[in-house]
Amino acid sequence: METNHSISIKNLALSFGSLDVLKDLNLDVGRGEFLVLLGSSGCGKSTLLNCIAGLLDVSDGQIFIGGRNVTWEEPSKRGIGMVFQSYALYPQMTVAGNLSFGLKNAGLPKAEIEERVNRAAKVLQIEPLLTRKPAALSGGQRQRAAIGRALVRDADVFLFDEPLSNLDAKLRADLRVEIKQLHQKLSNTMIYVTHDQIEAMTLADRIAIMRGGQILQLASPHEIYNRPASKYVAEFIGSPTMNFFDGEIVGGDGLRFSSGDQLFPLEGYQFQDDLPVQGPAWFGIRPEHMITGAEAQAAPIKLNGQIELVEPLGSDTLARVDIGGRSIWVRLDGQANVHDGDSIVVGFDSARANLFEKSSENRI
Amino acid sequence: MGNVTKTSAEVELAPVSHEMTGPRGRKPRKMLSRRNIMIYGTLIVVSLYYLLPLYVMIVTSLKGMPEIRLGNIFSPPVEITFQPWVKAWAEACTGLNCDGLSRGFFNSVRILVPSVILSIAIASVNGYALANWRFKGSETFFTILIVGAFIPYQVMIYPIVIMLREVGLYGSLTGLVIVHTIFGMPILTLLFRNYFASVPQELFKAARVDGAGFWGIYFRIMVPMSLPIFVVAMILQVTGIWNDFLFGVIYTKPDLYPMTVQLNNIVNSTQGVKEYNVNMAATILTGLVPLTIYFISGKLFVRGIAAGAVKG
Amino acid sequence: MAAATGPSRWHKNISAKVAALPMITTALVVFIGGTAWTVVYSFTNSKLLPREKFVGFAQYDRLWNSSKWLISIENLAIYGAFSLVFSLLIGFLLAALLDQKIRFEDTFRTILLYPFALSFIVTGLAWQWILNPDFGVQEVVRSLGWESFAFDPLYNPEIVIYGILIAGLWQGTGLIMCLMLAGLRGIDEDIWKAAKIDGIPMWKTYIFIVIPMMRGIFITAIVLIASGIIKVYDLVVAQTGGGPGISSEVPAKYVYDAMFLSQNLGQGFAASTMMLLTVIIIVVPWAYLEFGGKRRG
Repeated sequence: METNHSISIKNLALSFGSLDVLKDLNLDVGRGEFLVLLGSSGCGKSTLLNCIAGLLDVSDGQIFIGGRNVTWEEPSKRGIGMVFQSYALYPQMTVAGNLSFGLKNAGLPKAEIEERVNRAAKVLQIEPLLTRKPAALSGGQRQRAAIGRALVRDADVFLFDEPLSNLDAKLRADLRVEIKQLHQKLSNTMIYVTHDQIEAMTLADRIAIMRGGQILQLASPHEIYNRPASKYVAEFIGSPTMNFFDGEIVGGDGLRFSSGDQLFPLEGYQFQDDLPVQGPAWFGIRPEHMITGAEAQAAPIKLNGQIELVEPLGSDTLARVDIGGRSIWVRLDGQANVHDGDSIVVGFDSARANLFEKSSENRI
Repeated sequence: MGNVTKTSAEVELAPVSHEMTGPRGRKPRKMLSRRNIMIYGTLIVVSLYYLLPLYVMIVTSLKGMPEIRLGNIFSPPVEITFQPWVKAWAEACTGLNCDGLSRGFFNSVRILVPSVILSIAIASVNGYALANWRFKGSETFFTILIVGAFIPYQVMIYPIVIMLREVGLYGSLTGLVIVHTIFGMPILTLLFRNYFASVPQELFKAARVDGAGFWGIYFRIMVPMSLPIFVVAMILQVTGIWNDFLFGVIYTKPDLYPMTVQLNNIVNSTQGVKEYNVNMAATILTGLVPLTIYFISGKLFVRGIAAGAVKG
Repeated sequence: MAAATGPSRWHKNISAKVAALPMITTALVVFIGGTAWTVVYSFTNSKLLPREKFVGFAQYDRLWNSSKWLISIENLAIYGAFSLVFSLLIGFLLAALLDQKIRFEDTFRTILLYPFALSFIVTGLAWQWILNPDFGVQEVVRSLGWESFAFDPLYNPEIVIYGILIAGLWQGTGLIMCLMLAGLRGIDEDIWKAAKIDGIPMWKTYIFIVIPMMRGIFITAIVLIASGIIKVYDLVVAQTGGGPGISSEVPAKYVYDAMFLSQNLGQGFAASTMMLLTVIIIVVPWAYLEFGGKRRG
């Protein structure tokens, strides 16, 4: 098989009875890559991870890890380490016991086990906790211990199943950084399942956005953010969500997007494969790509509106603006002094816009 | 010091408007409110009623026969005698045997120990397989098992007699142990299955990634973290098997009768003069094992019957 | 490339399958096989030993013409109806009392539940003694001056089943109370707070809010009581032996007597099949409500 790939998934399918959870899924993950599987609940991301781990039997297709066909292989023989959302530490064993359980099952010599456990504990700074039982640990310590259990296996591939979901916001941010540093240090392949777009954006080399058991888009965070492949992806990434205008691309003197009584010129918009299209479409623009204040006057597209609602976040201020009966979100500077009822001019550049074909909702 | 602070507080509060003179601080509560009298009164009366049979059994067992014939059953013994207890344990007759209930007691122990161990061992593995290692058809077998729990024993009694007779175990303690294991299986399997199913699935997945197999996960992960449910199952089985009468009388022969069967034969035998004090001593003796379990296990017993009763 | 699934995967989960063998054997051989065997042989004229001489419904004709069986059924109906109503009523009332944040709750609960730890044999013998007309309750009341007082259920064929009912309730209500208490404890505290703020009296809260919320517990309790009622056997054997005469016979005893005392296997099989039928009539609607509903939902 292609040895330049750490993990290859070919035509993978999984169904429970008549319910198709994964459908003809193909995925290649490079060596040392940090891949995030992102999607809302029920999209199949955890199922896919469990298939890679061998915890679920697939209905069809193949899974290769390190060039080896592991489709029928036992989980413990796939060369993976796995970290779970609920930590899944064995409650009756100490942290050291938890870390060494798998190695003992693999029949490793005692000295080696001890050496590996100590090394992992050192990396994760949980050495003082080794003799404690999971019940005596805090949430963050538990998750470190759980990562340690994956670490001692010296696996080429790490699988993370929403590892930070059970932690509070502060701890989640801290551990996110630690996981990133761990990846930099170990540089092994990591597949990370989450529904949190911030985790996905910050950690991933590439993100796979999943829905209905299929991968909608597999690309770098930058690409996913700037050039979402479909309206669903565009809506999924970014908060507050992208603003959409319903309308039609019309020709004539340069292409324009016509929505209600508005007409947006589309110069600067980069069409897929540089192939301009006409017809019904969605026009999407992110709240943070809105231009306000003095510069708005110079923007290629200008809209007049009235502020309906203000959400000060400190670093930014979000405003919902009514434009001719349609509400859009605008991200303003944190210090912006705006109030309900204020009139405002918002401008934007179609170079930052996203156009999606009306019926398929695919990028055009 | 205390006085000083108190007065100063009063001084500060004194000039405040009349709104502050209304109810203040803890609301007074009468210990003997009508509600409390009703609740505690009812509970005490009901409790006395529930305790009555035990009390009557005990006082009767401590009286001599002449006193029983003259007095009433509720009066405490005038002259305490332990002779009925001795007789019940060592001398009471059933049929030709006159070595008392002790024979039945030891028979019951010999039935109880292997039955409890075997039934729990099998049911816990069943429950574990059903919760974590489902295979094609496993749920069907489980459904049959649970539905089977509702089938009256009477329907299955005779086929089992035939099966045990075929393998030469009819009338033996081993045969009865098998019967107890079979009929304990539905409820215990349900108990263990529900418990193991409540163990986070991720723990099981983690153990599989760690290379533990079916038995490895069972013995190293599941059993050590499930000790309470094993105790619950034990309580359930010890009381259930000790109290069994039907299977004992059907599947064993007189020499091997468990304690309940022997007790019934002693008390309800139509021969000889009725010795009520001995009968009551024998009755208490038979009830002593489950009662001891009950009083020692406390909340776990409640949990056991609740777990046995409420399907998950 | 081989596909992921294939016939060579039968050995997968082999340990689980081997471990489940006792369960599979029990389910198939004893529960299904045994039940089917008994039903089939209820159509034979088996006497001392089972034999394959089929006689159609003859055993059932005899059964329903036997006064002993008819009395058994009547007793079961009376015992069952009262036992169901009183167990639920007393069990719930006691649980509600215990749920009033009272002191000594554990003590009360321990006292109310201890009879459940005792066997039916012990229960039956204890109450046989208390209800003994020459020494028990009747005699005690008479000796207090009420000479004409009569309460001798165990010696009066008309009311003997109520004597058994008293003992049965004493043994079993504790269990129902515990179930109900668990159910009451499972109800969100906020429900009580909301009702209190709305000014709904406590009894109304129980009847209109709490009890409907405890539907599941009530169904469980009913199924539990009902399956206990059908099995009732030891209690009768210990307390009355079916007497006086045949006035306290019950179906389970009828089956045992036919099979093991009067060498009339065919009658025993027919009677036990009738018991099975009764259970089916009770359990099937319940199972449908409980599980059929869930599947749809």
